[in-house]
Amino acid sequence: MQGLPLLSLAIWVPIVAGLAVLTTGSDRHAPVARVVALAGAVLGFLVTIPLYTGFQLSARGFQFIELKPWIETFRVNYHLGIDGISLLLILLNSFTTVLVVLAGWQIIQERVAQYLASFLFLSGFMNGVFSALDGLLFYVFFEATLIPMFVVIGIWGGPNRMYAAFKFFLYTLLGSLLALIALIYLYNVSGASFSLFDWYQVPLPLHAQILVFLALFAAFAVKVPMWPVHTWLPDAHVEAPTGGSVVLAAIMLKLGGYGFLRLSLPITPDASQHLAWFVIALSLIAVVYIGLVALVQSDMKKLIAYSSISHMGFVTLGIFIFNPLGMEGAVIQMVSHGFVSGALFLCVGVLYDRLHSREISDYGGVVNRMPVFAALFMLFAMANSGLPGTSGFVGEFMVVLGSVKASFWYAFAAATTLVFGAAYTLWMYKRVIFGAVGNPHVAQLKDINLREFLVLGLLALAVLWMGIYPKPFADVLHTSVDDLISHAMQTKIPAP
Amino acid sequence: MDFILPLWPAFPELFLLFAVCVILVADLYVADENRIVTYGLTQAALFGCIVVTWVWATPSKVYTFSNMFVDDLMSDVLKLIVCVAVMVVLAYSRAYVAARGMFRGEFFALALFATLGMMIMISANHLLVLYLGLELMMLSLYSMVALQRDSALATEAAMKYFVLGALASGMLLYGMSMVYGATETLEITALADIIAEGSAITPVLIFGLVFVVAGLGFELGVVPFHMWVPDVYHGAPSSVTLFVSSAPKIAGFALIVRLLGQALGDDVLVAEWQQMLLIMAVLSIIIGNVTAIVQTNLKRMLAYSTISHMGFVLLGVLVGTDVGLGSAMFYIVVYVLMNVGAFGMILLLSRAGFEAENLDDFKGLNQRSPWYAFLMLLLMFSMTGIPPTVGFYAKLAVLQALLSGGFIAVAVIAILFSVIGAFYYLRVVRLMYFEAPVDNTPITPYTDVKVLMSLNGLAIIYFGIVPGPLMSLCLYSIQASL
Repeated sequence: MQGLPLLSLAIWVPIVAGLAVLTTGSDRHAPVARVVALAGAVLGFLVTIPLYTGFQLSARGFQFIELKPWIETFRVNYHLGIDGISLLLILLNSFTTVLVVLAGWQIIQERVAQYLASFLFLSGFMNGVFSALDGLLFYVFFEATLIPMFVVIGIWGGPNRMYAAFKFFLYTLLGSLLALIALIYLYNVSGASFSLFDWYQVPLPLHAQILVFLALFAAFAVKVPMWPVHTWLPDAHVEAPTGGSVVLAAIMLKLGGYGFLRLSLPITPDASQHLAWFVIALSLIAVVYIGLVALVQSDMKKLIAYSSISHMGFVTLGIFIFNPLGMEGAVIQMVSHGFVSGALFLCVGVLYDRLHSREISDYGGVVNRMPVFAALFMLFAMANSGLPGTSGFVGEFMVVLGSVKASFWYAFAAATTLVFGAAYTLWMYKRVIFGAVGNPHVAQLKDINLREFLVLGLLALAVLWMGIYPKPFADVLHTSVDDLISHAMQTKIPAP
Repeated sequence: MDFILPLWPAFPELFLLFAVCVILVADLYVADENRIVTYGLTQAALFGCIVVTWVWATPSKVYTFSNMFVDDLMSDVLKLIVCVAVMVVLAYSRAYVAARGMFRGEFFALALFATLGMMIMISANHLLVLYLGLELMMLSLYSMVALQRDSALATEAAMKYFVLGALASGMLLYGMSMVYGATETLEITALADIIAEGSAITPVLIFGLVFVVAGLGFELGVVPFHMWVPDVYHGAPSSVTLFVSSAPKIAGFALIVRLLGQALGDDVLVAEWQQMLLIMAVLSIIIGNVTAIVQTNLKRMLAYSTISHMGFVLLGVLVGTDVGLGSAMFYIVVYVLMNVGAFGMILLLSRAGFEAENLDDFKGLNQRSPWYAFLMLLLMFSMTGIPPTVGFYAKLAVLQALLSGGFIAVAVIAILFSVIGAFYYLRVVRLMYFEAPVDNTPITPYTDVKVLMSLNGLAIIYFGIVPGPLMSLCLYSIQASL
């Protein structure tokens, strides 16, 4: 087991599976494509499990290192390695991919092979982002995710899909190209190296750090997305097919948070602290203001999209208060949000597949026809509002505790989400699920089938596990987060 | 005879010249329905030229014809690329020109003469040789554009191309004469030596430099000398557009290296032409990308996209270092690869009596043929510069050179307008993937075109995953030749 390049497998197994799926060609062979895709996704998940079992909890630094020269002119290396933060996100990603393949099983009937292949490619690329230790490799994977997602939104999306796909693509491209300039700048100042380890060590004066920080911020803030550059997300979510929304919310948004942890903090520690107030302010605006915006949405997907932005505000808040509790909370929150928002989008997908409407007002009394579904949906709604015993509670609570240490008012503002979050989620739940049967369409609803039950049930287990016994998740983070914080507290400004 | 010895550095050109003469004569004895023979001979000549270039390739610099001609690593690499590009272009063009009554000996002979001109430009070590090569190429290109005699659009394009091209050549020649006045030599290596001494740097030389740069601007088609590009690309038959937009750009790059990199590459002069190139490059990127957005004709859109790509090439050149030139060379090679693919796709979708040159003709291509749609998708993302396609590394190399030269603001501008550029490339993807087809005619290219087109598209992704060797080759050949 030790000899296998596990990280390379985690990246390339889904990509190769995606190519295999593409070769099945037209929709006549759709059943084959589905089976191949499922096999690829499951295999992709299985190869990530040894990463967890073989992970050394107390070892500092990166593990499962792979290093090969790639582009010699630029001294770029194919350099992979993970710490606890990457590990959790890789597991989340590979797990979600299996669910997404299952979720699209019957719903997607057109160009099935291309649909499934897109998600497998995405999965491989995102594992690449989470395990890259070379700046250019990171960027290549980071950007490559745009292509499949653009195609997914554009082909299988809703009526306004082209607008949403273009907005998604151009917004994120602008941000990441600015980051590219920062990466090339770092390459030049670090003596022609793209290695993150070299970048962690290179001294930088404060003004240069601030510029680099802002350029990286442009890329990651758009991805997270932070207020005020969040406007692409509701559009993309509403128009994307269910699978697209799930991957977008569960994993793609994490690329931003992960980018802050892997690049921004260690490379520009002084600028990060210098501008922390700015990031915290934006995060709190996202938590409070976007929470209020979510309250008035009439479209379920839009509501969950805004709720995502608000919850991701917690992530950036946790990262930039610079204490271990907050940062661990941020990572836990990322993983939890992956489960919960993914599950909520799947729930909306279940309803949408039956009635082809996402409007809250078109539903009502669904519990009468779909009791099993209502029960699961209830669990996820509770998790989204941060009920203790669900995964949503753990991360938010840790971030709130962490921010009390920084300032009471941060914690005060952040804690309002426990009120607003509960308000918008449960109110939506009440209007959709409870009450009298709203209209004849609802009266004809059938409860979820085995496949849907399997997908939602797995997520429910994950949410409960993480809520009741978060230790396995937290344990892998301690060393990595301590390392990161201690590194981010050291100044990199060269002595005069 | 000593003054032309040794002869072997010029073997590729001599071989090609001999082959063209044979083809010209042989073509007289070929009946119209057997014109495929001429085509076969042309491809064989180009292939032979590749072999000759390969066999007599040398990593060192060898001068011949009394120092008027040079064979160095860069010239070998560029000649190989030119020959391969022309071969692919002709293969893509075969069905198209046959359907439009242009499948005649003239087409192939002109293409070969143009290729010969490019090869002479690439290997020139003397301003007059450079100029003669350029003229040989340009005159052949003018005639090729005008080959479709009954098309008013093509005739107009040829006229415009000729008038502006003649003006540009005049400027270049005028600039060269000024340079000669200031340095009393036309030999490129000698020029560099004399300028390095410093006494030749006079207002006359700078004056000449301005005209030389303007002439170069015309050849590459960068703002403000870009007016001919959209009209010629649009008006010429698509196969000729494909030809004009591919290999000659490589020769244009060689022109830049010989003139700006070698002859006028002294630090004092670099500071002069840097400013000029900077303005041209930035304006090209801005105007090219913004104007491309409103085009509905794909050929015009690609013309404006070419203008912006040439702006990027100039960005690499203007850094004035070997790394900069190396990145520009990599960019132009990648550009040719992408451009040949994109225009090849237009030819592939065209058929007798139908030109697939409007954007709407690409609607629903994914439903008509998922494979070609996928290849075009790769090409478009590559032109946008999204990894893992090779177009990304081209932009990366140029931006790296720019930042190492301290041009941060310029890099930011280039980036911003690349995002604008992304919009119109994505529009092609949108039409192919997100919309339903209007035209359901089956696409039935020849097998060789099928294979070549697939290789062309896959090369985009192959060099995107393994860009290292090509990058090193470009950088190394520039370093060995400067």
